[in-house]
Amino acid sequence: MKAKIRKIVTFVEETRREMDKTIEPATRRAAAAAVIENPFAGRYVEDLSELIEIGEELGALLTERAVVALGIPGPSAESYGKAAAVGENGELEHAAAVLHPKLGTPVRRVLGKGAALIPSSKKRGGIGVTLDIPLGHKDAAYVRSHFDGMEIRVSDAPRANEILVAIAVTDSGRPLARVGGLTKDQIKGEDGLR
Amino acid sequence: MSSAEVRKVVHIVEEIFHEGGPRANVPLRRAAALAVIRNPFAGKYVEQIEEFMNDLKPLGLEMAKSLVAELGGDAKVVEGYGKGAIVGADGEIEHGALWHVPGGYAMREILNGAKAIVPSSKKVGGPGARLDVPITHINASYVRSHFDAMEVGIPDAPRVDEMVLALVMTTGARIHARAGGLKASEIKGEDGLR
Repeated sequence: MKAKIRKIVTFVEETRREMDKTIEPATRRAAAAAVIENPFAGRYVEDLSELIEIGEELGALLTERAVVALGIPGPSAESYGKAAAVGENGELEHAAAVLHPKLGTPVRRVLGKGAALIPSSKKRGGIGVTLDIPLGHKDAAYVRSHFDGMEIRVSDAPRANEILVAIAVTDSGRPLARVGGLTKDQIKGEDGLR
Repeated sequence: MSSAEVRKVVHIVEEIFHEGGPRANVPLRRAAALAVIRNPFAGKYVEQIEEFMNDLKPLGLEMAKSLVAELGGDAKVVEGYGKGAIVGADGEIEHGALWHVPGGYAMREILNGAKAIVPSSKKVGGPGARLDVPITHINASYVRSHFDAMEVGIPDAPRVDEMVLALVMTTGARIHARAGGLKASEIKGEDGLR
């Protein structure tokens, strides 16, 4: 593996009740995050291809971890998202290199489909910084019930020369979705939008 | 006996490969199970609260079993443990103390009668409050390599009338433990201390 991983953290949230209503089945979402060494920390490097390759590796690894944590087959996943936090000796562009050029293909391979853009967020931050991973339906970005976000943090990362990279996967939308819009049973699945 | 009303459960698993030193052949794993429950005593002073410990027993067992499952399903791999509680603002710290018996004895039962006292921390806090759950060896509290802590928290809990209950299990010593003291290999196993 090109990625030098210090640790991997997985998070699973299962919501069983909300506003005194039972959520049946419970909504579930998982995030898997890797803390990696930033090969370009502390200097300007023009060619970011090493981080692009690392992104491809992490796309597969973290999606598999998240799906295993949910205990579902990949194709049963409903929404997804990705995010990265670069430690203080790195550059925002390093997060972009990990997340954008090559990470998506293996994510979609694990999940079977995924016509929609994978929503993303990125930042530079210190140890314990929070990541709000945006979530959207994997086959149709306009499915309103699945617009969401999952907050995670790893208390000892990213150190200055590290990058925290996370992928979130769900088997459901918000617990009590009721603001209308496109629903998942109306997905045409042609353009990744509707 | 009634049962605790659970709004949400969260699981966090950390897999630690190194922390700047040699990469471990077997990574250290630390797992936390968190349950967000309604605090039946929120907003008023109630003198008699002990009975609620019985209501929490099934939840403690469920959480302890889920931690063993996340660490591979064999209780023998578990070497460290800890517990904690965050009480929402309309509750009192004493409500968090109700977790000592059902949380601690659930883990000791699932871990085949672990001998050491289960270390704990607790606080009153708002949504997103973080708790450092202390960790020690399951059979001998003085094993220095296993003194550790895991920071946990949930962005949207506890609300004022809720409590977050936490159990933590680990598979071994700190990743680069080298601060001396009693070793796990030297445990006598008579008193839970050495």
